[in-house]
Amino acid sequence: MLGNVSPGLFLILGGLILPLLPRRGRMTMTLLAPLLGFAHIWTLPEGVVSSIEYLGYTLELVQTDALSRLFGTIFGLMAVVGGLYALPQKNTLESASALVYAGGAMGVVFAGDLLGVFIYWELMAIASTLIIWSPGTPESRRAGLRYAFIHLLGGVVLMAGITGQITATGSADFTAMTADSWATWMILIGFLINAGAPPLTAWLPDAYPEGSWSGTVFLSAFTTKTAVYVLLRGFPGTEILVWVGLYMIFYGIIYALLENDMRRILAYSIINQVGFMVCGIGIGTEMALNGAASHAFAHIIYKALLLMSAGSVLYMTGLRKCSDLGGLFRTMPVTAFCGIIGALAISAFPWTSGFVTKSMITQGAADEHMLWAWMLLQAASAGVFLHAGIKFPWFVFFQKDSGLRPGEAPAPMILAMLLFAGLCLFIGVWPDPLYALLPYPVAYESYTGAHVVTQLQLLLFSGLAFFILLPLMKRTLTITLDWDWLWRVAGPAVAAFLLRTVGPVWTGGLSVTRRGIGGLIAITARTHGPHGALGRAWPINTSAVMVALFLLLYLILFFVWPAG
Amino acid sequence: MTHTEPGSDAPRIVQVTETPPSGVMPRTRAPDEKQPWFVTAKGIRILWWVFGIVLALTVLAELVVHLHPHFGVDGWFGFHAWFGFLSCVAMVLFAKGLGMALKRKDTYYDAG
Repeated sequence: MLGNVSPGLFLILGGLILPLLPRRGRMTMTLLAPLLGFAHIWTLPEGVVSSIEYLGYTLELVQTDALSRLFGTIFGLMAVVGGLYALPQKNTLESASALVYAGGAMGVVFAGDLLGVFIYWELMAIASTLIIWSPGTPESRRAGLRYAFIHLLGGVVLMAGITGQITATGSADFTAMTADSWATWMILIGFLINAGAPPLTAWLPDAYPEGSWSGTVFLSAFTTKTAVYVLLRGFPGTEILVWVGLYMIFYGIIYALLENDMRRILAYSIINQVGFMVCGIGIGTEMALNGAASHAFAHIIYKALLLMSAGSVLYMTGLRKCSDLGGLFRTMPVTAFCGIIGALAISAFPWTSGFVTKSMITQGAADEHMLWAWMLLQAASAGVFLHAGIKFPWFVFFQKDSGLRPGEAPAPMILAMLLFAGLCLFIGVWPDPLYALLPYPVAYESYTGAHVVTQLQLLLFSGLAFFILLPLMKRTLTITLDWDWLWRVAGPAVAAFLLRTVGPVWTGGLSVTRRGIGGLIAITARTHGPHGALGRAWPINTSAVMVALFLLLYLILFFVWPAG
Repeated sequence: MTHTEPGSDAPRIVQVTETPPSGVMPRTRAPDEKQPWFVTAKGIRILWWVFGIVLALTVLAELVVHLHPHFGVDGWFGFHAWFGFLSCVAMVLFAKGLGMALKRKDTYYDAG
């Protein structure tokens, strides 16, 4: 029986036990539970591994195929290396929630039916909210609450869609759908909310940077990439996703260019990168779907690496704004080196992981002769180097010296960063093992002379643009308003306005109505009450007289009425 | 957290007022610290030259590498170079414009 459980359960159970353990036990559990889950993925046979009948539906508790194994593998790897990085973290709530969160993500990818997906989906929402809350600052409390609201809303939309879909098809099976009924649209919208799609994009850059130095590393990996997974399985080739993805790509770049908080820059670039994947899913060819899946795999590694290097700076200095940082390469060379590797990988620089994965998405657009999508993807690739590839390392580790000379982070954090930096280069230089894991056979050669040369041109000239335009990029102590302004400022303001204006009218109207109703009741009681004219009990003889009168009336009418 | 004005040119030492999560206050620059060559004015000049040569080489490489353009426009000489450069300029300028409308002090939401 143990052989057939979802790999996610190892992590979820580990996370639930973790708070009961002493500090050393907690550290062991942080590594052991994901290692067990990770190993378990590779012992599961192909297909539906375990299913039960429940309320007349077949629930496929565990189902494996190439796609779920790919995502399960990267989630497991992320949980292990993220756990290693987070070993110096003493906050028990965060350590436990991180395990449950990662387990939830693994649960989603191995669930064969929509109900299983939903249950693990909600578990992730709860666990990730707890991670955001775990620093216990007022900012994290408020941001976590906003985060929870959005995700609970997304969960309701998703559940409504799932219910509709099950009613319509009679099956809870999670297979490819087309967005052609309200139910499938609701499912698509529920998925997209977690992917960070417009208009609810703001939950991500709002909440993620409020996590602790280690918490944000976990947050970056699971929610959005689980959404990419469910979109890959549920809605491949849905054309609207191309445009949703392109919006996310450019939104991420533009907002990251304006941002001052180093981890919020990286949060915006998550949306940018997920945009590439969503776009690939929308293109929907085997090339593009392979691109989206492999890019998700590579992205989890380099994005975690970037946030680990940012987290190390935060851990050693307590500072998070670019305008306070700079010149840290002197005393944090390993952290700077790993940050730069991550930055090159996210920019799809040749010989890093992004180069061999993202190019499959752009190639997919070219194969389909989507000129506009291809042009925008190329422009965006240049923009990624601009907003994340150079901006992040430049403002954190170089630029104008901050005068601070913090030491390197503790050994487990350095080791985790080196592991992921090594993986970024390994995948970039030798992509075949990753290609072998992809859902479709790979007929793509990324290292052609033309591809390397054009990519180097694209990236290096965007680097030139960065340094020429540096005066325009001067960091300021500002934030940039986003859609969340609508529910953080406009919504409450409208509510307050209504309370001031419509409120009294409403209260007044209500009391007038109440008085009216009271009056009506009083009149009715007077006329129909025990002593009212119409409510009195009449003596029997009066009734007999009345009946006789009616009979008389009837007879008169009967004879008088002209026969027709 | 900092008392240094962003944008002033004087050498600065950012004041850390809260103990970081590591529990150790970061050290600060020693007055007699030796600077690596690539942050000196001369080093930066050298880096610009190297960068310029590399840029030229990536464009010239098109002469020896066989490109296989898909659309036509991507077959123009140095397409990826000027396209990448111009799209970055466009994005920075667009961001600048959007920033004028949507930028607020980073304490904007703190009041509520």
